[in-house]
Amino acid sequence: MSILAILFLVLGLGFVAWFAARAKAAGFQPENGIRPHSRPGHHGWYVALWAIVPALIFLAVWANIAPGLTMAAAIESPAGAGLPSPGMERSAILSEVRGLADGRIQGGFYPKAQEMLPAYKAARMRYGIAGASLALILALAGGTYAFTRLRPDFRARTRVERVVMIGLLVASLIAILTTLGIVASLLVETMRFFSKVSPVEFLFGTSWSPQTAMRADQVGSSGAFGAIPLFWGTIFIGAIIAMVVAIPLGLMSAIYLTQYAAPAVRKWLKPILEVLAGVPTVVYGYFAALTVAPAVRSFAVMAGIPGASSESALAAGLVMGIMIIPFVSSMADDSIAAVPQAMRDGSLAMGATTSETIRKVLVPAALPGVVGGVLLAVSRAIGETMIVVMAAGLAANLTANPFASVTTVTTQIVQLLTGDQEFDSPKTLAAFALGLVLFIVTLLLNIVALRVVKKYREAYE
Amino acid sequence: MNDQTMSAPLLHPSAPSPASDGGTLKMTARNVNVFYGAKQAIRDVSIDVTQENVTAFIGPSGCGKSTFLRTLNRMNDTVSSARVEGRITLDGEDIYAPDMDVVQLRARVGMVFQKPNPFPKSIYENVAYGPRIHGLASARADMDQIVEKSLRRAGLWDEVKDRLNDSGTALSGGQQQRLCIARAIAVDPEVILMDEPCSALDPIATAKIEELIHELRGRYAIVIVTHNMQQAARVSQRTAFFHLGTLVEYGDTSEIFTNPRETRTKDYITGRYG
Ligand SMILES: Nc1ncnc2c1ncn2[C@@H]1O[C@H](COP(=O)(O)OP(=O)(O)OP(=O)(O)O)[C@@H](O)[C@H]1O
Ligand SMILES: [Mg+2]
Repeated sequence: MSILAILFLVLGLGFVAWFAARAKAAGFQPENGIRPHSRPGHHGWYVALWAIVPALIFLAVWANIAPGLTMAAAIESPAGAGLPSPGMERSAILSEVRGLADGRIQGGFYPKAQEMLPAYKAARMRYGIAGASLALILALAGGTYAFTRLRPDFRARTRVERVVMIGLLVASLIAILTTLGIVASLLVETMRFFSKVSPVEFLFGTSWSPQTAMRADQVGSSGAFGAIPLFWGTIFIGAIIAMVVAIPLGLMSAIYLTQYAAPAVRKWLKPILEVLAGVPTVVYGYFAALTVAPAVRSFAVMAGIPGASSESALAAGLVMGIMIIPFVSSMADDSIAAVPQAMRDGSLAMGATTSETIRKVLVPAALPGVVGGVLLAVSRAIGETMIVVMAAGLAANLTANPFASVTTVTTQIVQLLTGDQEFDSPKTLAAFALGLVLFIVTLLLNIVALRVVKKYREAYE
Repeated sequence: MNDQTMSAPLLHPSAPSPASDGGTLKMTARNVNVFYGAKQAIRDVSIDVTQENVTAFIGPSGCGKSTFLRTLNRMNDTVSSARVEGRITLDGEDIYAPDMDVVQLRARVGMVFQKPNPFPKSIYENVAYGPRIHGLASARADMDQIVEKSLRRAGLWDEVKDRLNDSGTALSGGQQQRLCIARAIAVDPEVILMDEPCSALDPIATAKIEELIHELRGRYAIVIVTHNMQQAARVSQRTAFFHLGTLVEYGDTSEIFTNPRETRTKDYITGRYG
C-alpha cells in the first residue's frame, strides 16, 4: 500500500475523531454550575491530534527505516546467499534490485539481481503491510485513548494550545536548523579545501588562478588560490565605490524626505524609492553591463586613463550604489524620524536654521541608526552577485584603478561552480571556502549593525 | 474686557513704555488669532508682557496656552498647518513683519519646553550650542566663560562643573531642565518662554526651578505656562487665564487669585472645572 494512501487514511481518521469528540463535548452540561473547561472545538482538536500526530511520527520514522529492513531481509533470504562481499559490485547489485522492484530499470545487468528480486518484493510487501497496520493501529489507539479522557472538566484547551506552541516552535527551528546545516556543510567542504591548499595561502596570497589541470602533464597544473585580489575587489566595489554613491545620496534623500518634503511629495517619493529595492538585481546587472560599463570605458579612454576595460569596478560599483540607496535612505529615514521632535524644536527655538538643526542635532543624533543601516547595506553589497558577475569581470587584479576590471568573491564562486568540475578538485572546493568567508563577514556585519541599531533605539525608547 | 489697560501702549507701539502696573513693556500682542488649518485655536487675544514681571498663563488643557506662547517666538512657523493673524511686537518691533529675521528673534526670545530636551551632546556642548550658531564667542576662553556663566545662572554649575564632558542626557530630569534653561540663557535672550517647565519634575526639582525663576526675574522678561495654580501664584506677578482659545482675564496675580472678576476664572482657580 502506498504511503500516500496511508497518510490519507490517518488524516481521515483524525477528521472523524474531530467530529466525534466535538459531538461528545457538545453534550457536556455544566456541573454544579461550572461550565465545561474547554469548548467542544478544543476537545475535537485534542482527540484529532492524538489520532494523527503519533501515527504521522511513526510513519515518518518507518519510511526511513523500512527500505533498509527490506533490503536486509532480502539479503538474509536464501536468494541473497552468495552476494559479493561489500564493495562496488555488491552495491551495484543491490541498487539494481531496488530499481527493478520500483520499475525504474528494465531488464538489468546482474543475474544475481534478478534472482533476489522476488525475495526483495516479498519483504517489501511484508514491511509495507506491517507499517500501514501499525500506523492505523496507532491512530485508532491514540484517538480512542484521547476520546475516553474527555470529561466536562478536562482541560483540552490547555493541551491543544501547548501542541500549537510546539508546532510553532518546530516551524521556527526549521529555518535555524537549515542554516546550521548549510554552515556545517560549508565548513566540511572548506576543511577539505584546506587539506589541499593551506589557509595561509588562501587568506593572504595575492595570486588567484584557480585553473587546475585535468591531466598532470598539462601546463600550469597547480593553480594558485591566493584570495586577496578577490577580497579586495569585493571591498573595492561593495564597500567603497558603492558606498561613496549610496551614503551621501541615501542620507540626503532621507533628510529631504523627513525634513523638507511636503507630506504630499513624501507620500509619492518614499514608495517610489522603496520600489527600487524590489527591482531584480539582474535588471541592474543589465543596466551596469550594457549602459554604464561602456560609458565608463569611453570616459576612461577619452580621459586617457590607462587600464580602461569594458568591465570595470567603477561600473559595477556605481550601479550597486544605486541599488543600495533605498536601504541606506530607508534606514536613515527611520533613524532621523525617530529623533524626538523635541530635539528639533529645541534647536529651532535656539534660533538655529533648519539646515543647522539637521547638521548639528538631527544627523548626529541619528548617526548610530544611520551607521547600522550602512553596515547592513555593505553586507548586502558584498554578497550581491548578479551585478558584479555581469559588469565587474573575472580578472583577479589587485588594483585601485576603478576603471580596471576586478573580480569579487561572489563572481568567483559562480565561476568556480559552473561548468563540468570534479567535485573534489581544489578548484571546486575553493568555492566553499570563499562562501564561508563571505558568510562569516556578512554575519559579523549584520550582528554589529543590529546591535548598533538596537542600542540607538533604546536611547530614545 | 481689559481694553482700558491695553489702549495706552497701543498708541505708542514703538517705544518701551510703562505698562499699567508700572512694568516696562517688553512684548505686546494685539488681536491675535491662530489657526491650525481651518480650526481656530486662539481667538482675538491681546496681552502685554513686561520686563520686570513674570507672566503666568493658566487655563484648562487644550485652551491654547502653548499655542499662544509659541506665537511669541514664532515657533508656530515650524507647524506647517499653523497660521497667525494679528500684531505681536518685541520692543515695539513687529515680529511677524516680512523683514523680521526669525533666527535673530529666537535668539532674543528663548524657550524652555515641557519635557527637558537636552541634545545628545556633552553638557558643555549643550550650553555652547546657541552661542556657536550665533557666533557669540570666537575664542575658546570666551566660550568657557559663557558656558560657566549660563550654568551658574541656571543654578547648575556646582553640580556639573566636574563633568562638563558628560552627556547632557545622563543628568536627572530636574538637572536636564536646568540645563535647558542654561542653554536658553547662553545666547543672552531678552525674553524666556517656559511651557510647563516643571510638569515632568518631582517636587524638589520643581522647587529649584521656581527658585531659579525668582532669581532670573528682572534680568529677563519671563512667561511661564503652568497647570499648577500654586506655582502660578508663587512665581508670577501677572496671570492670564485662557479658556477655549480666548483670554478671559489678565491682571495682577494676587488680584486674579483672590478676587477674580470673571466667574469662569473663579471656577477654574477653585477647581470647579471638570
Ligand atoms: N500642531 C497642531 N495641529 C493642529 N491642532 C493643534 C496643534 N497643536 C495644538 N492644536 C490644537 O490647538 C488647541 C490648543 O492647543 P494647545 O497645545 O495650545 O493647548 P494647551 O492649552 O497648551 O493645552 P495643554 O495644557 O494640554 O498643554 C487644541 O485644541 C489642540 O488640539
Ligand atoms: Mg500646552
